[in-house]
Amino acid sequence: MSWVSIGSMTDIPRRGARCVETPLGKIAVFRTAEDRVFAIEDHCPHKGGPLSQGIVHGAAVTCPLHNWVISLETGKALGADDGSVRTIPIKVEGGVLFISLAVAADRAA
Amino acid sequence: MKLVIIGNGMAPGRMLEHLLESAPGRYDVTIFNAEPRVNYDRIMLSPVLSGEKNYEQIIIHGDGWYIKNGITLYKGHKIVAIDREAKTVTSDHGVVEPYDKLIIATGSVPFILPVPGNTLAGVLSYRDLDDVNAMLLAAQSRAKAVVIGGGLLGLEAAAGLEAQGMDVTVLHLMPTLMERQLDPAAGYLLQRAIEDRGIKVICKANTKAIVGDKKVEGVELADGRIIPATLVVMAAGIKPNAGLAKEAGLATSRGIVVDSGMHTSDPDIYALGECAEVGGHVYGLVAPLYEMARVAAAHLVDEGSTAAFVHNDTPTKLKVTGIELFSLGDFADGEDRHEIVLRDASAGIYKRVVLKDNRIIGTVLYGETADGAWFNDLKKKQVDITDMRDTLIFGQAYQGGAPLDPMAAVAALPDDAEICGCNGVCKGKIVGAIQEKNLTSLDDVRAHTKASASCGSCTGLVEQLMSVTLGDAYNPAAVQPMCGCTTLGHDDVRRLIKAKGLKNIYAVMQELEWTTSCGCAKCRPALNYYLVCDWPGEYADDYQSRFINERVHANIQRNGTYSVVPRMWGGVTSAKELRAIADVVDKFNIPTVKVTGGQRIDMLGIRKEDLPAVWADLGKAGFVSGHAYAKGLRTVKTCVGTDWCRFGTQDSTGLGIRIEKFMWGSWTPAKVKMAVSGCPRNCAEATCKDVGVICVDSGYEIHFAGAAGLDIKGTEVLGLVKTEDEALEVIVALVQMYREQARYLERIYKWAKRVTIDEIRRQILDDLDKRHGYYDRFVYSQNFAQVDPWSERVSGLHKHEFKPMATIGMADAAE
Ligand SMILES: Cc1cc2nc3c(=O)[nH]c(=O)nc-3n(C[C@H](O)[C@H](O)[C@H](O)COP(=O)(O)OP(=O)(O)OC[C@H]3O[C@@H](n4cnc5c(N)ncnc54)[C@H](O)[C@@H]3O)c2cc1C
Ligand code: SF4
Ligand code: SF4
Ligand code: FES
Repeated sequence: MSWVSIGSMTDIPRRGARCVETPLGKIAVFRTAEDRVFAIEDHCPHKGGPLSQGIVHGAAVTCPLHNWVISLETGKALGADDGSVRTIPIKVEGGVLFISLAVAADRAA
Repeated sequence: MKLVIIGNGMAPGRMLEHLLESAPGRYDVTIFNAEPRVNYDRIMLSPVLSGEKNYEQIIIHGDGWYIKNGITLYKGHKIVAIDREAKTVTSDHGVVEPYDKLIIATGSVPFILPVPGNTLAGVLSYRDLDDVNAMLLAAQSRAKAVVIGGGLLGLEAAAGLEAQGMDVTVLHLMPTLMERQLDPAAGYLLQRAIEDRGIKVICKANTKAIVGDKKVEGVELADGRIIPATLVVMAAGIKPNAGLAKEAGLATSRGIVVDSGMHTSDPDIYALGECAEVGGHVYGLVAPLYEMARVAAAHLVDEGSTAAFVHNDTPTKLKVTGIELFSLGDFADGEDRHEIVLRDASAGIYKRVVLKDNRIIGTVLYGETADGAWFNDLKKKQVDITDMRDTLIFGQAYQGGAPLDPMAAVAALPDDAEICGCNGVCKGKIVGAIQEKNLTSLDDVRAHTKASASCGSCTGLVEQLMSVTLGDAYNPAAVQPMCGCTTLGHDDVRRLIKAKGLKNIYAVMQELEWTTSCGCAKCRPALNYYLVCDWPGEYADDYQSRFINERVHANIQRNGTYSVVPRMWGGVTSAKELRAIADVVDKFNIPTVKVTGGQRIDMLGIRKEDLPAVWADLGKAGFVSGHAYAKGLRTVKTCVGTDWCRFGTQDSTGLGIRIEKFMWGSWTPAKVKMAVSGCPRNCAEATCKDVGVICVDSGYEIHFAGAAGLDIKGTEVLGLVKTEDEALEVIVALVQMYREQARYLERIYKWAKRVTIDEIRRQILDDLDKRHGYYDRFVYSQNFAQVDPWSERVSGLHKHEFKPMATIGMADAAE
């Protein structure tokens, strides 16, 4: 897997998210209250809302458009809603964040 | 065989004990130590600093021990070179010593912030006895000290210096203390306890420079603040001391790389202690270092030994007398994890156990840590806790006990805590009345004490007090909880925020015993609003708890773009303003421009990245944010009134503009739309607004509680006032009453229905003291609220919201 550096953990506010633009679309990168990081496609399974703009609580985000709650770990909608969004491999090394687009690129190709 | 050890800290000290026990006499041992002393218990430096112990009491191996075991200790000798060819080491005093086996145990060095002034006299680190002696000397002045770093070391240093009589401020870069070991809830409790001892704590403090001429005079923060100090202690972290090994050509990464048998890349050289890196981990607590010591000794005794170091989480504790804190493992939450939270607000206790597959993976305990060892044990042994899940959090001794009383928060309130704000009734009075007069129903309590007899927002609390006082004899009506994180309703939460003086979200969640560690998307925005409303100037708005529109000050649209609506005071505009808008539309290619129902202009379809530039151009033309996205004051529609209309009775346009200029920027429970019509023909449609004014010959008829959305409802008439000044005062007071009492997202008409029109009229029109009180509080809060969020963002605030953090090209992605 090849990793691309996208900046440092502190670029993202706690309980917040930032976007990464990629040829395959926007990716939302989240940082929780406890400094766990996650990356998922910035595209709500409901009607495509930008998940990066939602409120982050625990390891989940609430979509800003119609309040679906999406698990950051699995990309699945929680509760009564059904649907899921692709998760992107992410790792932290010495405070620097890396994501891997290999999986996404394979599927796109 | 000749064994040479570089560094005489706790790790090699322990290693020697093992070695002397299992193979006495095997090695001829020589130690070089840069510190001019024997092996002492570094952990206990904090009690030495606070005066609870002295140096002699913390020595581990006295001089006699070295003599008895035939060990040569060079005190104050720093090794400056290792020659691996010749197998010798050389000290800074010129001693050259040959070895057969060499151990590097050079520990860590404190991380010194790379800021100007970091070498001034009076800047210390906190690592060894010399540092402690220097601090004790500085403390004799009883002057001001700043500790940079709110982790374990920094807080112990701060507590010690405070005990020595210094005036101490802790600067911490992150939002909560000890964030690597504690979750924010426990961090909040810790901060409160530290502050209770008189130590000031500033979080999110970014040190820019240490100022002073030769000697330290203060610390300058990035926001320009200067904290005066004659002593600055840097406790911002440590880094493994691997320089010497690196120069000798040994493999290093973060630390000196060793295998699980503590061998470096040179088979005759071992490394152990904080300078060693095993399996990608470096360590800063003694438990794993002692494990390294055991393994290294085994390999020194028997080259074929299978002893191997395995990684284990070590619990962290803070050694500050009176503060009980325990942290272990991974306590981040996640979907595959479950958390059990116990909060006892009155006792200041917070406990959280994080489970994965019914096994403990992390624990945070605050206030009561006796069960730390038990949790650690369950975690280490990976015990399946399914059977004791319900009682796990109560600890080992409590297995089988009953859960905590949900009424505890109310029971713990002091007698003088105000329960009913409208009538100023405190807890003691209510409890007294219930007991003396044998009151058993809510109506009785209302009749006798007036509590809950006005706006009714304290009803839930009064009922809980009745339960606490009467026991099972009273059964209160169920309140709808705010969300799944609490059993309390909105009204109770609002009252308790005031009664207990809770001034941040973590404080609310702790003191009101939230069952989650970080809330949810329902309660966080509500709590943020309540705190903004109740503590103007004191509470720092938590933007991460706001919905996106309020966070970026624009309206998100269905395709993820935004719309921007600048204020047009009272719906009046000019050629200059229109031209500026037209220019912005052209420049940014804005696809849709539309006139809104609130008499202003909406530009739709703007990319998020463009927002600051759009605002900058609008700002130059004099526009400020229209808050079209806010739970706050939106528009004040007007008609042309006496300026132009032949029916006009008053200057309706002027009053509308005046109201809007007075009230813009204020946050409210839900959106507030207003209108002013110049006569009863009502061209501004004031009678379906949250607040409306109908001008008549004799003055101004104030209307409120209308609706024209999902529900349609004509306004109620609050009353008639004679002057424009009075109209403004009444409207402001009315909105402030609503701000203070309503539930988050509750529009004025719903609130008014609950509280009753009569009660509102009584407080706003009839009771002048009340009216002025509301008015004054609104005016005060506007000091902090009436700032144009757009110009703040044009000047760079929250830059991170508007830019992607990175852009990845085709090449990177395809790699
Ligand atoms: C104030 C304080 C409080 C602490 N509290 C706790 C606690 O509560 N719990 C806990 O588990 N841990 C605690 N620690 C951490 C613990 O003390 C360390 O992890 C442990 O002491 C490290 O042992 P070591 O042998 O690796 O290194 P050290 O004890 O740092 O020893 C390294 C020694 O090597 C010497 N040296 C360095 N370079 C050379 C050279 N080139 N030549 C010769 N000598 C050299 C140094 O002078 C030093 O004496 C605390 C530390 C401090 C400073
Ligand atoms: S409300 Fe009355 S004063 Fe205002 S424009 Fe209409 S008719 Fe004229
Ligand atoms: S009426 Fe409905 S569709 Fe139209 S702008 Fe309002 S919320 Fe959107
Ligand atoms: S698009 Fe996310 S909830 Fe509708």
